[in-house]
Amino acid sequence: MVSRRKFLAVIAAVAGFASFKRRVAAQEPVEGYDWNRHKYAFVVDTTRCIGCGRCVRACKIENEVPMKPFYFRTWVERWVWLKDEEGPKVDSPNGGFDGFPPTYDERMISKSYYVPKLCNHCDRPPCVQVCPVGATYKTKDGVVLVDEKYCIGCRYCIQACPYGARYLYPADGPRETRRNTADKCTWCYHRITRGYKPACVEVCPVGARKFGDLMDPEDEVRKIIEERRVQVLKPDMGTLPQVYYIELDSEVR
Amino acid sequence: MSEILWQILQHVQGYIYPNEVEVNWSVLIALYPYITGLVAGAFIVASLERIFKVEAVKPTYRLALLTALAFLLCAPLPLVAHLGHPERALEIMMTPHLSSAMAGFGFVYAWYLMAVLLIELYFDYRRDIVMWSQEVGGIKGFIYKILTLGDYNISDEAVKADNKIVNIVTVIGLPSAAFLHGYVGFIFGSVKANHWWSSPLMPIIFLFSAMVSGIALVLLIYIASSYIRGVELDRACTDTLANYLLYAYLLDLSLEFMELAHLFYTQEEGIDAIRVLITDKLFWTFIVIQVFLGTLVPIFLLILARTGIFRFNVRKWIYIFVTTLTLIGVFAMRWNVVIGGQLISKTYLGYTTYIMPLFGPESLSLALAIWILPFIILAVLIKLLPPWEHPHEWEKTETE
Ligand code: SF4
Ligand code: SF4
Repeated sequence: MVSRRKFLAVIAAVAGFASFKRRVAAQEPVEGYDWNRHKYAFVVDTTRCIGCGRCVRACKIENEVPMKPFYFRTWVERWVWLKDEEGPKVDSPNGGFDGFPPTYDERMISKSYYVPKLCNHCDRPPCVQVCPVGATYKTKDGVVLVDEKYCIGCRYCIQACPYGARYLYPADGPRETRRNTADKCTWCYHRITRGYKPACVEVCPVGARKFGDLMDPEDEVRKIIEERRVQVLKPDMGTLPQVYYIELDSEVR
Repeated sequence: MSEILWQILQHVQGYIYPNEVEVNWSVLIALYPYITGLVAGAFIVASLERIFKVEAVKPTYRLALLTALAFLLCAPLPLVAHLGHPERALEIMMTPHLSSAMAGFGFVYAWYLMAVLLIELYFDYRRDIVMWSQEVGGIKGFIYKILTLGDYNISDEAVKADNKIVNIVTVIGLPSAAFLHGYVGFIFGSVKANHWWSSPLMPIIFLFSAMVSGIALVLLIYIASSYIRGVELDRACTDTLANYLLYAYLLDLSLEFMELAHLFYTQEEGIDAIRVLITDKLFWTFIVIQVFLGTLVPIFLLILARTGIFRFNVRKWIYIFVTTLTLIGVFAMRWNVVIGGQLISKTYLGYTTYIMPLFGPESLSLALAIWILPFIILAVLIKLLPPWEHPHEWEKTETE
């Protein structure tokens, strides 16, 4: 198992940025797109993720997220349970951007897994509730977006998100119009409204990230949510997240 | 900013979400509830006299009102300075998103400033202003003429009517002041994602600590201004204010204790992280400054002063010491809530650090400048509207 993961990780690392080609310029949804006819959801399969970090790199490039280790629209965590130790060990060096160095002695590990994280596009999003000017809003197709032309940069939404999914786009970030406003994962709204998958889903070499439309009866994601046992993060917060995890450990939050 | 984040990254402990390195609400946001608290507290001191007819504190009535105004004028400064896009600040009133607790700020603020404080001050000072406008010439006289708003009627009836208005406005003002600050507490208390904030007690705790800080501020300014003017302190007034400070403290202490007791008794998720937060990360600002120096020592000294074993001259120094400690302690409380709540990760598995820049936006120097400004405004206000010249005007007309 471990060796397969390592093998894939190496392949993925080699593939790196270069393989990620189908880039769409970040912009508004295409004309003719009808958001009443979609309801999106995201599935993360924690049994598959190998921690290669391709998704993190793809996201940063696709969405002009600053390359510094404080700003992430998505990141990957490594959860490790060591023998004879009570709590888990968690890390996410640079958000998993460069993959994960083998930190632990493998003989001491009782279980370990990677958990990709992103905005949960909550159905009851606290970030939307608290935004004083309505710059953060939920679209009809289920995506939570920030209007960078409207956001005043008060950062209330960053405080309100229980998942650490938001950050303030820095004053020296590459995308000028977004500077000093709240930023977060958009499920690559500019891509999905054109029928593409989000960048992270597209590049995942093992299919650990899946994106789909709940209004489409043939959709893989819809079937997974209907047929398999899935779990969301911090369900007790009452936020009704729309990112579903397959085989999530209850400790993960 | 980024350089500081690199530095902070070295100090991160345990596991935090990668976006949590930066403490998003900085020293300015700690200053904001501190200043609004002083406003609410000072107004409550003024109301004590008006509504509850506490004769002894009369000499501080107008002083307290002016203090409230000076600080209220500065209350939005830290907020606006902190915004990523200050030029869009007014959107919060033009297109408010009403489900947001923060969207109400502009309205609560405007209501309190326009409908309460300014009206109360105007009608309380009206007669004096009219008289000054006739006595004084030059620019100052011109300002008085404007301040009369064209109403020069100071017949007994008119002054009596003024008084009635002031009384009514005070009755409206007291809950408004409470609301202004309780509301600030709600902004924090309603963030369910943060265990250190999320508590229905938060608005009430904010309110009582506001009273503590407001009384202390008025008392200290009263002592200092008397000294500057070379006037004897009114003993009854000083002692009474100190007594109110003590009562407010006792209520505040019990509320804060209840909050902590609840936190530790219910032992909800994240309690271990909070324990570390208090005993390690916030040891100095919480245990030493807020609880010990900022609460227990003042309470002890105030009780001691009350026993009457000291002469007034000694008591005066105790009050100066106590009020200074109080002002520091209450700021520490705001700091511990605002900054402390962001040091603890929403993973409950780690902590970040806060490094305050000395210069630039959201820095120590900017916070200090905003903190000093109300005192300058107060000095100007006092020059313009001396609060001591005719301190008992309204009361005389009532008894006449
Ligand atoms: S995960 Fe956070 S940012 Fe995303 S919708 Fe929920 S509260 Fe908002
Ligand atoms: S930072 Fe922007 S998006 Fe977030 S709550 Fe403030 S105005 Fe809304």
